Amino acid sequence: MTGMSMRLRGRSWLVTLLALIVLVAVNAVLQPNLFTGTVLKSNLTVFLPLVLVAIGQTYVVLAGDIDLSVGAVIALVNVVTVTVIAAIGNGVGAVLLGLLAGMLTGMACGLFNGFLVAVMRFQPIVTTFATGIIFSGLALRVLPTAGLPVPAPYWRTYAGSLLGLPVTLWIFLTALLLVALLSWRPFLTHLAAVGGSRTGAFQTGLPVARIRIQGYVLAGLFSAFASLCLTGETASGDPLMGRMLALSSISAVVLGGTALAGGSGSAFGSVLGALVLGMIGNVIFFAGLPFEYQTLVQGLITLAALAGGVLVAGRQRW
Amino acid sequence: MARIKTLLAEPLVLASIAILVLLAAGEFLSPGFARGDQVTRLLTVSAILGIVAAGQSLVVIGGREGIDLSVGVLISLGAFTAGNVMNGVNGAILPAVLTAGGVTFAIGIVNGLGVTLLRIPPLVMTLGMMGVVQGGLVVLSRGAPSGNAAPMLMGFVNQPLLLGLPGILFVWALIALAMWFLLRRTSFGYAVYAMGSNERAAALTGMPTGLLRTLLYGLSGLFAGLTGVCVIGYTGNSFISVGDQYVLPSIIAVVIGGVSLAGGAGNYFGVMLGAIALTLLQSVLTTLQLEFWGRQIIFGAVLLGLMLLYGRQTQLRV
Repeated sequence: MTGMSMRLRGRSWLVTLLALIVLVAVNAVLQPNLFTGTVLKSNLTVFLPLVLVAIGQTYVVLAGDIDLSVGAVIALVNVVTVTVIAAIGNGVGAVLLGLLAGMLTGMACGLFNGFLVAVMRFQPIVTTFATGIIFSGLALRVLPTAGLPVPAPYWRTYAGSLLGLPVTLWIFLTALLLVALLSWRPFLTHLAAVGGSRTGAFQTGLPVARIRIQGYVLAGLFSAFASLCLTGETASGDPLMGRMLALSSISAVVLGGTALAGGSGSAFGSVLGALVLGMIGNVIFFAGLPFEYQTLVQGLITLAALAGGVLVAGRQRW
Repeated sequence: MARIKTLLAEPLVLASIAILVLLAAGEFLSPGFARGDQVTRLLTVSAILGIVAAGQSLVVIGGREGIDLSVGVLISLGAFTAGNVMNGVNGAILPAVLTAGGVTFAIGIVNGLGVTLLRIPPLVMTLGMMGVVQGGLVVLSRGAPSGNAAPMLMGFVNQPLLLGLPGILFVWALIALAMWFLLRRTSFGYAVYAMGSNERAAALTGMPTGLLRTLLYGLSGLFAGLTGVCVIGYTGNSFISVGDQYVLPSIIAVVIGGVSLAGGAGNYFGVMLGAIALTLLQSVLTTLQLEFWGRQIIFGAVLLGLMLLYGRQTQLRV
């Protein structure tokens, strides 16, 4: 093994950061007005939901689990929020209660997943797929068809500014702050211990089941954040919202250097991964490729990035 | 009691019971559900799922978190390729099958090389490949459906061939025989099980594990391509996302059939029963005339119920 990959082991987010810088540079060449406030803000609005879901997914993956239901959670949170707001009467108080209901919904979904996986010991992939089906069913029950607009204070605030900075930027910074706060707590070490060696963590006396459940609850909460952001963007209810975000969030987590087997990685890396995925889309859009080639090129670059990240991070062992 | 519990935990027994119960439920809900021609119809749909699940089960049995998420797009690619090669001409069926199978086999091999040579986790590799093939399909088809099944292929899938059964069921039986022979009567099969339960030990005894695993992914691609041919034979024409609906059911059929997602255990007969049970379940839920959301919730809940019976992982406290 060469010296360079030795030093990069466990730090493949550095490569992702490099990729992000290159992508931003390319994007800036292709789109000269990239660094103007409006463009940056609209980019952030597009990237923010994936960034948030990817952060949440990281905590599940770190513990060696996976959550395929995050897309369905996003849909459920969205319809619950818009329904609660409409039911209470569209005022500012109603919006706040709606947001709260949405976050509680997300956490409840996470708790359900965590209970099944950690306490009942169900296999995570199939389980979260099954709960995802249930959550989408519930979402369709709450709101059968897209519609039901949210009141203006909601989307105006989301699109607006606070202290001179866009609200989306504040949300992004708050999310980073939350990640930082979580990474300073022993919880993250415990999570990684559980992911690295479940038996080892158990024998050390760690409450393995509780820690895994906490990971899922965090994933549910961050999916709820993502959903509330998407709701601010679309300003209405949609029981099919967020379909593609489950798989993209896993790509973002892997790009960010978190091992799918669990045990090592960071949510900051996942943020970088999510931004890289977003920037790939941007660059392809502005490169002027014929429309039908865009999905292919995006797929190829994403696959190359995933492969590259795994290669640099040190390959999976026996 | 303990013996009944052990018997129930046997996937073959459980899947068989599930099939009988579902048939009875269907007949009760809508008389004629279990009539011969209806059962033939259900078996035809099960065969399509069963063929793709054959490849999926090989990859899963091979271990190291083996999973193939690209089967959906490979089914679409197989259907697209076959449809365009034959274009409604009976004489072109054989070239169509060979081209579709060849292309998807090659892509499966690429998956396998990514997993073995580059050591990319299977979930990530096949997820990335999914994006690439999806993009490729957009380029090839320019977004519009193209290609038609030859009348003879449609007859083979839909019309009785022998003993009132359509040809596809005989193909399925042949595949079952081939899978049994491959897994239980060849050194290849024994090597796959050995590799799935302990790759390191298998490698140390001199088995070419990399080659074996690459082949497994190639076979999964091949089976997906053949499924694509069956799909276009079943419906007459195809659209570029026709295979998407098979990805997670193929994994669930494998799990219901008693193949451990940890690898190294299980057989294809269980998977066949799993595919039949899953198809029956979907059919019974349609017969119930519930609203879509109700069907989804019941479907998810039944999957969780099945997990309860034998999808559980080992306890940490021994």
